[in-house]
Amino acid sequence: MEEQALGAFLAQKAPELWAKTLEHLMLTGTSTGIAVLMGIPLGIWIKRCAPLRGPVLGATGIVQTIPSLALLAFLLPFLGIGVKPALVALTLYALLPIVRNTYTGLDGVSPQVIEAAQGVGFTRRQQLWLVEIPLAIPVIVAGIRTATVICVGIATLSAFIGAGGLGDFINRGLALNHTRLILLGAVPAAIMALVLDFVIGRIERLLAKG
Amino acid sequence: MRDLSLEIADGETLVLLGSSGCGKTTTLKMINRLIEMTHGTIEVDGVSVTEQDPVRLRRGIGYVFQGIGLFPHMTVEENVSIVLRLEGRPSKERRERARELLTLVDLPAEHFAPRWPRELSGGQQQRVGVARALANDPAYLLMDEPFGALDALTRDSLQQEVLSLKERLRKTIVFVTHDIFEALTLADRIAVMHEGELEQIGTKEEILADPATDFVQGLFEKPAKQLTAFREHL
Repeated sequence: MEEQALGAFLAQKAPELWAKTLEHLMLTGTSTGIAVLMGIPLGIWIKRCAPLRGPVLGATGIVQTIPSLALLAFLLPFLGIGVKPALVALTLYALLPIVRNTYTGLDGVSPQVIEAAQGVGFTRRQQLWLVEIPLAIPVIVAGIRTATVICVGIATLSAFIGAGGLGDFINRGLALNHTRLILLGAVPAAIMALVLDFVIGRIERLLAKG
Repeated sequence: MRDLSLEIADGETLVLLGSSGCGKTTTLKMINRLIEMTHGTIEVDGVSVTEQDPVRLRRGIGYVFQGIGLFPHMTVEENVSIVLRLEGRPSKERRERARELLTLVDLPAEHFAPRWPRELSGGQQQRVGVARALANDPAYLLMDEPFGALDALTRDSLQQEVLSLKERLRKTIVFVTHDIFEALTLADRIAVMHEGELEQIGTKEEILADPATDFVQGLFEKPAKQLTAFREHL
């Protein structure tokens, strides 16, 4: 294969790169979003209800130990190929850090502050919304940050089951033994992970100060 | 805790005095149901506390906590007016009340209202704690060793503050301490507790003149003895 100039290569691939980046962001964003909507209430729930704590943290932990490619393949017979099984798998991976950090954050609120809230006459709901969640928020956001970075990485694999994203380049590059194509998927994915990590880290620090 | 029977008159300051672990804080927390009692009754305004909604009960009783107990994520102003917020009062009223209360506890509002609790000294934080307890204009105040962690000078100035608030506001106060001098400074009556039991209750004159048990006698004699011992040593 004759080697194109790098500039020409990038210019030629730019529209597709843009489309695949958006797909990748969509996969990551949607799955992390669903995991936030499920994980935070779950974390609050297991804080209040001690008997559920072990099973829930255990179950979300087990998902983490399943190799991502295996989980994606496992979901195929049930959900077919495409975006749907990818979103399910990514959401499952994103769940653990969010549930665990929500629980840890709430658990870390000082007992003195909780007693003050009770003594002053907060209802349980007011205590949760005005004291516990605001104080736990930096830790919860740290969990969302971890989940996002995990999702960016795993989303590259979901190209194998036809969900699109930057993994498509890697996939094709591997099949054609074309290093540039592999890098065209891998480098932007790595940059995306770093940028999201940085941005959410900033948000986290801002909230911790507040 | 057993055989504890107390009556607290409106407008008086009752000090629960005793060493650590004698049950004075537990007694205090049973009044606003932070700790539920296993048997017996406590009545506030003639109604047993177990029959009152704990949230309503607590909003009607100011509580000043041992240690600090301010909300670290709220400004001084938000801390002071938090009970009004819980009650859903408008923000303008909350702001005005917070300013009024800060002035009352000698913290100029324009300077302190927007600050965070962590920016304040221990004594200032505890003044904020007192202001917060007064926000809903409760008839009763419970104070759980509020000045225990402060240095002697700061403690003294806060004790004077409580005395003057007492004069001005006519609250019924239950004050827990292990410090005899604090008890003598603030109390209308003192209840001496030991190992979960009430040893003696009376005015300071009564207790000093006629200690009911050896424990009470020892408690009040000890500081005097220590002082004499020091003098001799010097």
